[in-house]
Amino acid sequence: MTARIQAPSTAKRGEVIEVRIAIQHTMETGFRVDEAGRPIPKNVVNKLVCRYNGTEVFRAEMGSGVSANPYLDFFTVADASGELVFDWIDDEGTTGSERVTLTVS
Amino acid sequence: MMNALLRFGAAALAVVSLASIAATVDAPIKPQPLKSGLDFSGNEVRDLQQDDFANPGMLWVARGEKLWQEPAGEERKSCASCHGDAPVTMKGVATRYPLIDPGTARLMNIEGRIQQCRERRQHAEPLKYESPELLALTSYVAHQSRGMPLNVSIDWQNRHNFDAGRALYFKRLGQANLSCAQCHQDNWGKKLGPETISQGHGVAYPIYRLDWQTMGSLHRRFRSCLSGVRAELLPQGAPEFLDLELYLAARSQGMAIETPGVRR
Repeated sequence: MTARIQAPSTAKRGEVIEVRIAIQHTMETGFRVDEAGRPIPKNVVNKLVCRYNGTEVFRAEMGSGVSANPYLDFFTVADASGELVFDWIDDEGTTGSERVTLTVS
Repeated sequence: MMNALLRFGAAALAVVSLASIAATVDAPIKPQPLKSGLDFSGNEVRDLQQDDFANPGMLWVARGEKLWQEPAGEERKSCASCHGDAPVTMKGVATRYPLIDPGTARLMNIEGRIQQCRERRQHAEPLKYESPELLALTSYVAHQSRGMPLNVSIDWQNRHNFDAGRALYFKRLGQANLSCAQCHQDNWGKKLGPETISQGHGVAYPIYRLDWQTMGSLHRRFRSCLSGVRAELLPQGAPEFLDLELYLAARSQGMAIETPGVRR
């Protein structure tokens, strides 16, 4: 799974930072059928968690209503230098992980 | 009597050959002014394309960047082993496609070039047309020319492809009995149901279509149009599609490449 993350690499302590993530995923709804008429099983990224130095700062639970290649955007407060770690999992059990480092001055 | 017939025949031949000369020197018929499909899109779609992070097509570009470095096939060569740093070596390349491949003397688009490299240089399995990998590599290569004007020249080598492409562009097809030109040349800017008909330029391909919920090639778009006029579908990569791609490129001459584009 290809994913892209956009977050500032440096921030001042206490600054509100914007974090954006886009994941390449078909987000199969489970309502569609293939060429032979068989239903295509639902397969969506159902959970995404972002931890900032081990503390959970953002969580998204998604369902079949979310379009393909989900794009999420949230804000958090930069309080210490460290890592933002993203983990996600889809219905088939495929996991993905990405991290970015943040230096706080 | 015989003499008169012969003379008539010769005159008719002369007229026919003059007509064919006139047909070969014709330039593509361009809409005035040239407008990108983005000009016919709503603000949301425009914002999505112009934001390099929110643009979903950039995910394919990012994947292409990874694939560029990945060794493949028996030779264990990656694209980068020969072509090095894509932002330098692939800059402006997409503006010249489709072009005549000197080796095979056939018309070739970027997809075709990638396939040829895989087959001949990497000795790797060819990628399926429209596969995520081929779309990613094509997007990555075309993205290096973003903002640069399309610059395809029509010369003696590709003239017959250009003529075939133009003939196809003006040919009525399918149960709806419509040609490309009837919508995209004669009636652009008008409404077709809720949609505004665009001029049908291929400069943003591969594009992310919200309708498809994924990235798609120009040939996929051709197939959608063919199915729209209820015509028989050609496979992606068909020579007829390549000819049409060349005609469109000449018609869009000078327009800036937008890859990866976003459309509704």
